[in-house]
Amino acid sequence: MLRFIVRRLLQLVLVIFALSVLLFAWLKSLPGGTVSAMLGERATPESREALTKELGLDQPIPVQYWSFLKRAVQGDFGVSNGVQPGTPALDLLLERFPATIELSISALLVAVLLALPLGYLAARRRGGILDNVAIVGSLVGVAVPVFFLAFLLKYWFAIELGWMPVSGRQEVGNATRVTGFFVLDGLLTREWDASLDALKHLVLPAIALASIPFAMIFRITRASVLDVLDEDFVRTARSKGLTSRVIRGRHIMRNALLPVITAIGLQTGLLLGGAILTETVFNFPGIGNALSEGFTKRDYPVLQVIILAAAGVYVLVNLVVDILYAVVDPRVRTR
Amino acid sequence: MTPTHRDARDPGTKGPRGLGSRKKERIDELAATAGASGPVDEAGAIDDTAGVSLIASAWRRLRRSPVFLVGLAITIAFVVLAIVSSWLAPHDPGEWLLYDKVSPQSNPIPGPEPGFPLGADDKGRDLLSRLLVGSRQTLIVGVCATLFGLAGGLVLGTLAGAFSGWVDSVIMRIVDVMLSIPSLLLAFSISAVASRPSQWTLIIAIAIVQIPIFARLLRGSMLAQRSKDHVLAARALGVKKSAIVLRHMLPNSLGPVIVQATLVLATAIIDAAALSFLGLGNPDDRNPEWGQMLGRAQTYIYDHPHLAFYPAICIIIVALGFTLMGESLREALDPKSRR
Repeated sequence: MLRFIVRRLLQLVLVIFALSVLLFAWLKSLPGGTVSAMLGERATPESREALTKELGLDQPIPVQYWSFLKRAVQGDFGVSNGVQPGTPALDLLLERFPATIELSISALLVAVLLALPLGYLAARRRGGILDNVAIVGSLVGVAVPVFFLAFLLKYWFAIELGWMPVSGRQEVGNATRVTGFFVLDGLLTREWDASLDALKHLVLPAIALASIPFAMIFRITRASVLDVLDEDFVRTARSKGLTSRVIRGRHIMRNALLPVITAIGLQTGLLLGGAILTETVFNFPGIGNALSEGFTKRDYPVLQVIILAAAGVYVLVNLVVDILYAVVDPRVRTR
Repeated sequence: MTPTHRDARDPGTKGPRGLGSRKKERIDELAATAGASGPVDEAGAIDDTAGVSLIASAWRRLRRSPVFLVGLAITIAFVVLAIVSSWLAPHDPGEWLLYDKVSPQSNPIPGPEPGFPLGADDKGRDLLSRLLVGSRQTLIVGVCATLFGLAGGLVLGTLAGAFSGWVDSVIMRIVDVMLSIPSLLLAFSISAVASRPSQWTLIIAIAIVQIPIFARLLRGSMLAQRSKDHVLAARALGVKKSAIVLRHMLPNSLGPVIVQATLVLATAIIDAAALSFLGLGNPDDRNPEWGQMLGRAQTYIYDHPHLAFYPAICIIIVALGFTLMGESLREALDPKSRR
């Protein structure tokens, strides 16, 4: 087990190294090169020259890469010049990331809470009305662009009906900040209003974002329950006279959940991509919103740090899922 | 469920698997469907499928599948529309016909009137004509992005599958790193490099994201082919290596790749819309494209939602068509469901 984890960690280092090379190459290939990217397009020639010197851009490429790496390790990614001018890019990331994590976790919760029971029921009554409706629903869910769904929800429930707030993350202005997760902060400081307000702001974006993982989790749950239903041990359990509740919980779901857990881990990348779109529609101040705003304003220090962080988180979550999977299913370790 | 397909899940991947192996495992699982072909492999299924090739039996099942037929009908209708739309459209989609009725304060979007059943857009161009003609650019974006992704994936996957050893390792590590970046983020970063966004930067960004998926898929099914009897026989006969790879292994490995390509057509069109929405799309809107129309409609979404609804519905229907077709193809080619 330890060897397995160590091997995976070594691979993680390798992937992060490759990512840093890619990011470096990306910065070099941006229109106008690194200096324009860092200072914006209207920088004076003097400041350009100063930064060229400071970043060592007159040095050979390997030296440049080395100093890029050194600055990145120290957390120096430059200063935002568009999204929040003057804020160090890393600070901006740390401020915005909790919002995206909160949103993604809510979306994942919505998806799992809907998809697991639906997937189970659809498999039990295979070919029934519920099964067909849910299958068609999950296929349509794949075909609907996330940001369009987000628009629809915003249009109906926020603008026309006025049930939910239109945009933003929280309206209570003086809420105390503890963790950066607004719902949790409200609960911790007993500011129930603040918590409820933050929750209300989460509902629509979370539902929109949940459409991506929902379709996937539903289909995998259904397929995997169908597989397990055919197994001999389910028949044995039934012939032993176990109650259907016990069979469902101990025999069917426990075995069917393995592939589902993997599928959930797999959603991280899709969630991060979907968050860019959903956050933009709802003006939700997470990293996705900062990314699309940073692009329009050509704020490369911010783009750079967010891309690295998002890819890093994605790789890390996959690592954790791999390890969890190896814990649950010992066969994986030897493969 | 027979235990055979569980074992077929890992089609001979050698060495340690990289990170993000779940995504990869899913790709590999699809690849394995090409390896586990032939009715003889399936114990108990020999009786009525014996002697029928995989494609023939797949077609026999597809012909009766309503899901596949609906998907096929939508796809054919879409392609035909894309071809004939220039003659169907009542007006030139690029001409500012109703521009004198556009005024920023009172009426930014001219409504329906005789000759213009859906009204016009913010520049006074006929919306119906733009929707009809938009099918052509949408098809071009989808097909080109898929083809470029497929071509890149074919080259990398064939190289990796044909030569084991360091070529395979190097290619697969590159592919793994590309897979370790969330796909929309990757497409986003690639299009951000372009100094002037255009339709082609959009297509290339979407295509590059697909390359590692196709490459991994193809390599997986090529590896499964390598140990097949017909490849062994060809090798024993002294057939040249290039001929074995190109004539024997590659054609037999294409099944899952084609299935994936059908599904990618749908995602490519949706991703193009998403990138347009984020402002990374083609700024030149004389030739309409649905994703671009949807992306640009966001400015007027609250007062004139129909500008977004029409292209969105077109995209949803077409994406659904490709998805239905791809999913039923995948199911038909999957030996698991041949029972």
